[in-house]
Amino acid sequence: MSALLAAVSADSDLFVAQNVFFGIIALLMIGSALKVVTTSNVVHAALWLVLVLGGAAAQFILLGSEFVAVTQVLVYIGAVVVLFLFGVMLTRASMGDDETVAGEKRVMAAVVAGLLLAVMSVALIDTFSDDRVVIDEPQLVGTVADSIFSQYIVPFEAVSVLLLAALIGSIVVARKD
Amino acid sequence: MLLNQFLLLAALLFCIGVYGVLVRRNGMLVLMSVELILNSVNINLVAFGALTDDVGGEVFALFTIAVAAAEVGVGLAIVLLMYRNRRSIDLSQADLLKG
Repeated sequence: MSALLAAVSADSDLFVAQNVFFGIIALLMIGSALKVVTTSNVVHAALWLVLVLGGAAAQFILLGSEFVAVTQVLVYIGAVVVLFLFGVMLTRASMGDDETVAGEKRVMAAVVAGLLLAVMSVALIDTFSDDRVVIDEPQLVGTVADSIFSQYIVPFEAVSVLLLAALIGSIVVARKD
Repeated sequence: MLLNQFLLLAALLFCIGVYGVLVRRNGMLVLMSVELILNSVNINLVAFGALTDDVGGEVFALFTIAVAAAEVGVGLAIVLLMYRNRRSIDLSQADLLKG
């Protein structure tokens, strides 16, 4: 009995509230993700994608990474989804598409995805069976910034060049002439 | 919190994204499925960063977000170009390179 009590007190950081919210958000994300890949309306798919991305931001908050969560909302929900909606608007012939997929292809894709999930789940459960994440305090933005501009300065510059190249490249590809 | 709950959620989202990429024929919807895949990777990166209490996971999640934004920009430009040339973004009709 005392051993059990000691085990419980040693395990006092059970994070009950965090686990409950994790479950709620995870169910929301999974349901929305399934709607993204099954709904036939392109605009609805983009709006379901917003729910998945917002849920991911909430998971980042649970993991104590506020800056990544804020960036996720700004970049994904603020920019990428708006870009998708503009794309749907400019290619209006595609509205309400995708009911023509062959059943055979759908079954094969489901088999591939299911096998992939099975392999990954077995590997993850085997490797990280009881590793616990302990969030004492959120990661400070200053720490992230210091790390980006000292240790990870070379990848940061590479990402800057990549963004410039993507900007110029998409203008060149999409312009009319 | 268990590390595995985040990793399994990310694995499930990844597989849903793979299913979407395989089954969709509309170019826009394929790009949305790719976004699902990239997001699941971000969850993994942040979860491992929290496990090791290292800031590198978060930094690389930020890099992934930037790369995903670039990917969507170029991908949408390609889809728009395809729509302009063929009046359709059905990927199953884009078989010019088929032997």
